[in-house]
Amino acid sequence: MRESTSFKVIRVVGLALLTLFTLAPLYVMIVSGLKPLSDVQGAFSWIPSHVTLQPFVDIWRTIPLARYFSNSVIVSVSAAAFSVLIAIFASYAVSRWNFRGRRLFQITVLSTQMFPGILFLLPLYLIFVNIGQATGFALQGSRIGLIITYLTFSLPFSIWMLVGYFDTIPHGLDEAAKVDGAGPMRTLWSVVIPAAKPGIVAVGIYSFMTAWGETLFASVMTNDSSKTLAIGLREYSTQISVYWNQVMAASLVVSVPVVVGFLLLQRYLVQGLTAGAVK
Amino acid sequence: MTATDNAVREGRRAGKGSAKTPRRRRVAQNRWLPYVLLAPAIIFELLVHVIPMLTGIGISFLKLNQFFLRNWVEAPFAGLSNYRYAIDVNGSIGKALLWSFAVTIAFTVLVVGISWVLGMFAAVMLQRSFRGRALLRTIFLIPYALPVYAAVIVWKFMLSRDNGMVNHLLAQLHITDGHTFWLIGNNAFASIVVVAVWRLWPFALLTLMAGMQSLPTDVYEAASVDGAGMWQQFRKLTLPMLRGINQVLILVLFLWTFNDFNVPYTLFSASIPKSADLISIHVYQSSFQNFNFGLGSAMSVLLLLFLLVVTGLYLLFTSRRSRRA
Repeated sequence: MRESTSFKVIRVVGLALLTLFTLAPLYVMIVSGLKPLSDVQGAFSWIPSHVTLQPFVDIWRTIPLARYFSNSVIVSVSAAAFSVLIAIFASYAVSRWNFRGRRLFQITVLSTQMFPGILFLLPLYLIFVNIGQATGFALQGSRIGLIITYLTFSLPFSIWMLVGYFDTIPHGLDEAAKVDGAGPMRTLWSVVIPAAKPGIVAVGIYSFMTAWGETLFASVMTNDSSKTLAIGLREYSTQISVYWNQVMAASLVVSVPVVVGFLLLQRYLVQGLTAGAVK
Repeated sequence: MTATDNAVREGRRAGKGSAKTPRRRRVAQNRWLPYVLLAPAIIFELLVHVIPMLTGIGISFLKLNQFFLRNWVEAPFAGLSNYRYAIDVNGSIGKALLWSFAVTIAFTVLVVGISWVLGMFAAVMLQRSFRGRALLRTIFLIPYALPVYAAVIVWKFMLSRDNGMVNHLLAQLHITDGHTFWLIGNNAFASIVVVAVWRLWPFALLTLMAGMQSLPTDVYEAASVDGAGMWQQFRKLTLPMLRGINQVLILVLFLWTFNDFNVPYTLFSASIPKSADLISIHVYQSSFQNFNFGLGSAMSVLLLLFLLVVTGLYLLFTSRRSRRA
């Protein structure tokens, strides 16, 4: 098909502007992370006066970044793993059975998407405190409390997407497995899960990213030992000054694993969205 | 059991032609299994969403401040007074809440609108293959992949008055003198819109790209044989075929933006400028900085009611339109 010249011009100019808009913060992040402190405390410059890796060394000493990092990893990975597992079971039930309360479950799960997070924050905080007082098991300030909270954040979207995905898997496959003598759980494990791999990976990425980026609950539900990166990174700012080069270096360090993982798996995310959400 | 199974199977085979056959499978066996499979999801939903929501509604009728926090069940009953304060636009609390609500509406409309336009533009531009398409697609998705606080911290640095890249660039281009305050005063609103759009539009792009992959190409070929230009093809083919996706996408973008906490919290820290006093931050501050938890809960409940009404109307309106179409 032929494209007109004006269309090509619009495409080149438009996409170039969008690329600049997208990449500007990334450029600032990388280049400022390589600057000495005197550079970032004056007027901005596009090129560092001299390139130094010192900020990447200092970030681990100025604040306990390693601890925050491991907290974030533990919380996000656990939340994503549990969320995916629970969503698989729930979606399998919704997709393959017609049971009483099915519609109610779907509506409840979907509607939690629209609730402002702030609505749950205080009650959840109070409930966690109360559970702690009653049982001696401190959920508030612990990583477990945060894991439980985060896993439910991604759960509605995960269930919604996986139900869509499971529905696209022909039921003939289930039937075949059944003829071969497989029970429902066996069918789930050896037929449905393998066939739905892109959707499951997509849901896993989404859950992980939701947890990795969350700040509202982390700001209230953590203490010094359970603090995640989302809250910890603020500590590079003191009353007197901000170590902007370290902030940028740390932002880069916490971003790289997520971005690399995301870009490697984005194919699955697009596939997952196509089959699950877009139906 | 076999008889029922066979009947079910026969029924399915008969109805195989249409995709929307009512689901009546394996009803006879394993009546309890779906509930077992759902149990973990239900338990966690109850613990983290349903029970806290009911508790929150309860708290909104209490006079709950920091003195009763440890023993909140003993906080004095406040009746409807929290709600009265929240909606009394003559009082300072109600006036501030109304202002914050208006700011949030303006913010949400702008962010969702611009994000959708940018996402749609890029999705159409990337629809056909050309050299560098895969690379561009990857670049555009990076803002979505970055952890939100890390990305917003970078913006905070870029927008800072004396060390920021934005002022430097504007001065180099001779647009301003390079001494603009971007994070306080009225400019803060523009700043937060730009940052939120930067974060959000890739999601619109991702969803629309996924949607466009499922569009049949032969329709476009037929249209261009008939002499339809790019703009006509977009209006007459792409937009109508993507209607369902757009409806879901815009609703999701609306809810996420309206409830957004991460972006304003990271961009402004504790001192939120009045021009960018978004509602989730406003409620957060009423609760956790002014220690008026009952009032904060009442505000949250009002927000929830608003979102329920808007979402309900939206779903009603869009489903009726698509039924007519």
